[in-house]
Amino acid sequence: MDVVIGLEVHAQLLTRSKMFCGCATTFGAAPNSQTCPVCQGMPGSLPVVNRRAVEFGIRTALAFNCRVNEACRFARKHYYYPDMPKNFQISQYEEPLAEDGALEIDVDGASRTIGIQRLHLEEDVGKLVHEGTLETAQASLVDFNRSGVPLMETVSRPDLRSPEEAAAYLRAFRAVLVYLGVCDGNMEEGSLRCDANVSLRPRGSSELGTKVEIKNMNSFKNVQRALEFEVRRQAEALEAGLRLVQETRLWDAERGYTRSMRSKEFAHDYRYFPEPDLVPLRIDRAWVDAIRAGLPELPRQRRQRFLRQYGLPAYDAELLTHSQALADYFEAATGELPQAKLVSNWIMSELLRVLPADDEAAIRAAKITPRHLAGLLKLIEDGTISGKIAKDVFQKMVVSGEEARAIVAREGLTQLADEPALAAVIDQVIARNPKAIEDFRKGKTAAAKALVGQIMKATQGKANPAIVNRLLEEKLSKI
Amino acid sequence: MTDTPIHELADAYLRGETTPTAVTEAYLARIARLDDRLGAYLTVTREQALRAAAASDARYRAGTPLGPLDGAPLAYKDVLCTRGVRTTCGSRILEGFVPPYDATAIERLGAAGAVMLGKGNMDEFAMGSSTEYSAFKPTRNPWDLARVPGGSSGGPAAAVAAGLAAGGLGTDTGGSIRQPAAFCGIVGLKPTYGRVSRYGLVAFGSSLDHIGPFARDVTDAALLLAAMAGADPRDATCVEAPVPDYAAALARGVRGLRLGVPDEYFIDGMDPEVERAVRDAVDVLRGLGATVERVSLPTTRHALATYYVIAPAEASSNLARYDGVKYGLRVAGAKDLIEMSSRTRAAGFGAEVKRRIMLGTYVLSAGYYEAYYGRAQKVRTLVRRDFEAAFGRVDLIVAPMTPNVAFKHGEKEDPLSMYLNDVFAVPADMTGLPAISVPCGFSAEGLPIGLQFIGKALDEPTLLRAAHAYEQATPWRTRRPSVPS
Repeated sequence: MDVVIGLEVHAQLLTRSKMFCGCATTFGAAPNSQTCPVCQGMPGSLPVVNRRAVEFGIRTALAFNCRVNEACRFARKHYYYPDMPKNFQISQYEEPLAEDGALEIDVDGASRTIGIQRLHLEEDVGKLVHEGTLETAQASLVDFNRSGVPLMETVSRPDLRSPEEAAAYLRAFRAVLVYLGVCDGNMEEGSLRCDANVSLRPRGSSELGTKVEIKNMNSFKNVQRALEFEVRRQAEALEAGLRLVQETRLWDAERGYTRSMRSKEFAHDYRYFPEPDLVPLRIDRAWVDAIRAGLPELPRQRRQRFLRQYGLPAYDAELLTHSQALADYFEAATGELPQAKLVSNWIMSELLRVLPADDEAAIRAAKITPRHLAGLLKLIEDGTISGKIAKDVFQKMVVSGEEARAIVAREGLTQLADEPALAAVIDQVIARNPKAIEDFRKGKTAAAKALVGQIMKATQGKANPAIVNRLLEEKLSKI
Repeated sequence: MTDTPIHELADAYLRGETTPTAVTEAYLARIARLDDRLGAYLTVTREQALRAAAASDARYRAGTPLGPLDGAPLAYKDVLCTRGVRTTCGSRILEGFVPPYDATAIERLGAAGAVMLGKGNMDEFAMGSSTEYSAFKPTRNPWDLARVPGGSSGGPAAAVAAGLAAGGLGTDTGGSIRQPAAFCGIVGLKPTYGRVSRYGLVAFGSSLDHIGPFARDVTDAALLLAAMAGADPRDATCVEAPVPDYAAALARGVRGLRLGVPDEYFIDGMDPEVERAVRDAVDVLRGLGATVERVSLPTTRHALATYYVIAPAEASSNLARYDGVKYGLRVAGAKDLIEMSSRTRAAGFGAEVKRRIMLGTYVLSAGYYEAYYGRAQKVRTLVRRDFEAAFGRVDLIVAPMTPNVAFKHGEKEDPLSMYLNDVFAVPADMTGLPAISVPCGFSAEGLPIGLQFIGKALDEPTLLRAAHAYEQATPWRTRRPSVPS
């Protein structure tokens, strides 16, 4: 069977004010403190389009090579839910902001083009807060702070052929949004939300099978897990000769399965019609051209530049450029210390051990700055400290935000490179280990390694390993 | 004093013959004496009115009045949001709703020094043509208390006609300013769509809703419009065009104006007295130097049917927010959310509102949208083209406002016959064109008859100019009803 997946991604736009009113969009403010008659849906209030949100939409559309329509229109989408104050959502339906684009993704070294069907703008809903648990709550409270926050919905074509591809699409998609500065890409906080349409069909068939919509996947990992589960569920059902029903299913991350939320018969009739309170939006070509001219370097372009300019392996370039903050970090550090591969290694193995790769803000706010990291690596390069000591120093820098040099000086971690002093230590170690010397003579070269370990121990790890190795070799050769 | 038009009041204030407080007190006294019989007001804002009047007094004393509306006591239809003053829309469902903001139109009138006397009665959510569908009480026609004042803005219309306000604001979605103006013998103006901000007007049919003035005469209507008109950053459907000097346009007369009389506005079954009065009015205009010709607006009869698709569709959407969650009525004791909202809506909305919500929900439903809403929008375009064609030949359309004079309370029990009352009013709402109703005579029973002018988009100056010329040439505005106390 072929797997057919399409993704609908909702991204909260990083505008200062809401989609249709002037209220602030700051996350985490006191409930209902960022509301007004418009985003509370009060009688008589009217929406006014946020120009910045439209600009962000156009910027994104251009990054995906979509066609920005000359005119677009808002529409009302109706359903009853208490977190939606007007009981309709202002969205776009027949005339979206942009259509027909694509996103290149890379899976297992191969590149694929995933079509983007449409991109449109809409408003977010508020949040329900239940007193106690959902089952036992005697009351529910509504917080309208999120109501009216600008959302950009982007619908892919059903071009994804596996859960891995879906996850790759989502990661690449997120990277583009973050690079454009239109969304912070934070899935856990809900700034980026993803629904999927999944179906199976006989291999090679061009017809689509019964489609199931999956909701509530709030992390990259969950998107992949949920889709893997759903593909398996559908495959097993079809193999058992069962018919699938068109429905919406919810992913339960704790229990690791999808469960039915509503079937097609209970699907909403949204009764879309053009929003009469807003005039059709004419998009000025000159404006689009100006936005296009201001597009930043996008993840794919940057990755190719990293391969070219820094000679990085494909894996490094890919990983570093997925996050704009990480790529910026790398370039800043490389600016201080031009050993690109060394910097890349340290970012991938050490920095990402302490910071999540998809948390742009955390990377930008890291106490160990790119200059700090370069300073640390310089100390390895000039032999002041060993790589092993450097890893300890790194851990301390992460916590304190100090420069490597300061930690190394305070704690006396400077590498021992004084040859006469080291020679004395080596002589002592040789004198104390006649058995190892005996073994070495008999040809057990591993015995030399044990001696190096003893020497390093005797110098609290500060001995310069290269000098130790050379001096020991000289001494052993004379024995 | 309570018969004086606003522009004359302002002169009297300037000359020191009277004060805004004295006039406001006189109106409040009249309201106290007569409104039990008339039912024009849902809320009387006595204290607020006296405070505003006192502030106005002080400005006149200091020689710094804000303009011709300073100290003008007005009645606002209760569909317009007023900060700190309950706004009911004539509905139980908005019980206890006190908006934290003023409608832009009201804010601008306030800034011009107008004094709010109170909030006028109306058909629930502006759905109706008689003010009988108010959830609180009917309003009576000051010319004959057994008759309706028209609707849906019957409250402020009756108040202005009966001397319970010097002027007022109504809203017109399918004739709701002009039809009650005609029934009550006053001037009612519906400006071009987008000329006056709708911010703070509780929406019924968003693409059809207009705010406009009720006035004793055309001059007052021009002054009130001038104070409200102009772009508003809070209403995206407002037009940006500059606001002309309406008062200056009034005196130009009708000489040389080309007037079109549409054949389709004289229909079978219309009251012959109305037709006679309108034809006489056309003769008066001709006598004043206008040229008159017949024009055809063939889609007129489809406009009403189309209106009853589009207006309910938009209403079903606009009224979805009244669910008992946020403000207004909430029926207690429901076991879950759906029951709470259903029971609240069942108890809070009247029969006519429910009928339109159901109609509107139906025409927007999947599978019916194209056949109803989609087609209605196409017809709307055709109605617009009819007028464009006519305006290629004439400057203004002159027509009857209604097919009949004010009917009796309870006379139109069948919703369709009620709807038919607005057949001449609806095209101007469907097209957004400016239109005005001015008194053009009385029936044998002494009931007022309205003459309608419809103008080109944003051409209120020509509209007001013709209405003013006709008004000045005829005696109708001097006749006032006497309401028994």
